[in-house]
This record gives sequence, structure tokens and C-alpha cells, in this order.
Amino acid sequence: MSTIDIEPTDTVDARGAACPGPLMDLIGRVRSASPGDVILLLSDNDQSLTDVSEWVDETDNELVAVDESDDDYGFYVEVA
Amino acid sequence: MTERVAILGGGTGGAVLANNLAERLGPEIDAGDVEVTLINDDPDHVYKPVWLYIPFGQREPADGRRPLRDLVDDRIDLTIDRVTAIDTDGKELALRDGAGPLGYDYLVVATGSTLADEEIPGLAAGGHDYYSESGALALRDELLSMTEGHLVLSVVGTPHMCPAAPLEFVFMADDWFRKRGLRDDVEITYTYPIQRVHGNPHIAEWAEPIMGERDINVETFFNAESVDPDANTITSMEGTDIEYDLLAAIPPHRGVDVVDEAGLGDRGWVDVDKHTLEAEAAEDVYALGDAATTGVPKAGSVAHYQAGVLSQRLASEIRGRPATATYDGKTLCFVETGMDAASFVEFDYENPPSPAPPSEKLHWSKLAYNESYWLTARGLL
Repeated sequence: MSTIDIEPTDTVDARGAACPGPLMDLIGRVRSASPGDVILLLSDNDQSLTDVSEWVDETDNELVAVDESDDDYGFYVEVA
Repeated sequence: MTERVAILGGGTGGAVLANNLAERLGPEIDAGDVEVTLINDDPDHVYKPVWLYIPFGQREPADGRRPLRDLVDDRIDLTIDRVTAIDTDGKELALRDGAGPLGYDYLVVATGSTLADEEIPGLAAGGHDYYSESGALALRDELLSMTEGHLVLSVVGTPHMCPAAPLEFVFMADDWFRKRGLRDDVEITYTYPIQRVHGNPHIAEWAEPIMGERDINVETFFNAESVDPDANTITSMEGTDIEYDLLAAIPPHRGVDVVDEAGLGDRGWVDVDKHTLEAEAAEDVYALGDAATTGVPKAGSVAHYQAGVLSQRLASEIRGRPATATYDGKTLCFVETGMDAASFVEFDYENPPSPAPPSEKLHWSKLAYNESYWLTARGLL
């Protein structure tokens, strides 16, 4: 059970999507987000663990938490 | 009682499905027990792979157009109109021009992709594309007269039609300029939104060394945010600016609005079961090709194979038998690696692609298939 206490501004449910679908879904949502928004990306693709963090490192956005407590991953990205 | 099948969209998926149903359900259609209606807002069927060759002066838009009526079996009711609303509860389609709604018992959404340049400020004014007839013609005007400078191919939107086409374009451009003795004066840069040069890691692993050997610059993690048509720059969300002399971009793609308005999916893509192609949000609604979110490429071969599966499933449903045919993700692509060499990939949900060594034979196979495509549209190949 998740211990992450962050209320996301928006959630992107990319579970079931093949790589790189989850990352592209996240990028698409970040495009229309406002600074300070927190986007929660749900993915069941292991590749997202590296895809998301590598992309966030390329930007000014921040990966504030990763929830690995359930079968799916939850990535909390704060938009710069 | 007559069972009514409505197919929304007359691209590859819609045309192949209509012809396949005419063949499979011919006796029932002739007896008046089944009606199949194909609705398209253009009297022509358009074969989009032709567009890749237009900027290089090798094909004309007319090579990719034929009247739908000439391609579709006479047993299919062809309606040239635009669907303005889908009522999945009442099982009706509202038409822009036609009188009254069109009822259906089974609906197949095959509405394909549209371009959404307007999502990126400056892209329409500063960029060119070969993902539309008008775009390919405008790009041809620029490319044929280009003798020096910086050619940038930027994959702006994903998912997009034909995921191999951006690679093909830069491979062809490299070879085309090289053969004409201009390559030293033309710099080529390829940008892609993620950390590799293609969405599929196996194809990326194959393509990246070729780009290195051919002196094609690569800029990954490049998600275009805006284009400045006056300064001739494209800027990414990641903070990178690239100056260009000619920008060939793959614009953001969308499906059609009626899909969202009917609650069938987002951005015009229908949420479906990737094996049965049944819509998740409505009964007796299916989607195929670009319009269906199966996770496989938005490519003609996908629409073609999915049409075969859907034809079997619909025939089973209409005849009151269990529908057992399923789509396994089969995708097939020829990939041009120059002006006279190509590779080939085939994959599905379980088996990844393994690109074949480029050869002249595969290049001619691609061109030969492009010519024989019209047999596919007729449901013969």
C-alpha cells in the first residue's frame, strides 16, 4: 500500500500501453500543464522506470516520488 | 430482419473490410439479410505511403488516389458524407449532408489520423511535412531547390502514421544529396522525442549506427515546443534550440472529434481490446487501423490485417456463431534506407522486429507492393 502523500493535479493512466507510450502520454500532459502542477503517471511497463527519470533529468521538471508499492508504478512529476 | 453494418472511414482499413465483408457475406447481402454501408467524406481512396516519394520528385499525389467506387465491391452501399455524431445507445450516425440519421447494428470506426500542426506554435508557418498531399507538395518545392544548408527532420508528435517514415526520409535525403554531389553542403539532423531514434528499441538499435555512418546528426529527447518561422529555429521542451534552413516535421496527430464526443476515447483514438478490436465503451462498436489504440504502429499493414480479423468476427456475430478470430499485433513494413535500398520488418505483440539487411531487392519489393496496393484495397491481396 502506498505511503506517498501527494495529491496530484492530474493523473495519466497509461497502464497497458507499450513502451514508449507511457512516457509520451506523460510528455503530452506536461505540455498542457501549469508550473507547479503535479502529474501522476500510472504505468505497468518496467521500461518506464528508466524512461521517465531519464526524460525528467533532461528537463527542469522534477520526479518527486515513485510509487512501486502496487503491481503498477506511479510516477509523480512536478512541472517546472 | 436485416443486419446493418456501418463502416466509418474509407481508408485502407475501411475499404479492405468492406470488400472482405462483401466476399464473406455475399449470399446474405444478395438475399437482403445484411447491408454493409461504407461512409467516407471524400469520394477518393487515398494511399498515403506515396507521399514519402513526392518531396524527392518521384511520385505525384494522383498516384495515391483512386475513386472509392472503383475499388469497393458493388454490394457495398457507398455513402459520401461526413458523420457528425455517433449515438452508441441509439445505434445511429448523424450525417452532415444526408437526410435523417443512419441506423446500424454493428459499427466499425476506421476514421484514421488527422494532423494537428496548430498544437505547436509556429509549426504550420515554419515547418513542412510529407504526411499530407499539400504538405508533400510544399516540401517538394523547397527540397528540389535545396543545394546547401541545414535540413532538420523533427518527429514532433507521437503516435504518428508510419513510424518508419521519419527514418526513411533522412536515409533517402542523405543518399539523394550524396548521389547529386551536394551532401557536403547539406547538414542533416534528425530529432526524436525519447532517448533513442525510434519508439521500438529493436528498430532504434538497428537505425542508430546507420545514422552515425551516414553523418546524420541525432538529437534525442527533443520534444518540440515551438517553431520560430522568422528566426528559422525549433525549440524543445528540454531547452534545446536548433536552427534550420528547411524543417520537415512529423506534426502531432489526432483522430476525429466524433470519437471523443461519443465517449469512445481521447484525441480521436478509440479505446479497444487489442485482440478483439471491440470498443471498450460501447456495445457492437469496433475500431481498426489508426483509429484503434492497440499499441501497434499506425500503418496500412496493421489496418489490412485487422480488417481481415474484423470481417471474420462480424460474420460470426451476424450468423450467431461465437467469434473466435483475434488480432495478434501483426505488422509488416518495408523501410527505405536510401534511394535504391530498403530493409523489411515483421513483428507482432509477442515477437519483436529484426530488420533485414538492406538490399536493392527489398527496395524494389517496396515499390512493387506500392503498385499492387490497389489489389489490397480491392480485397484481393
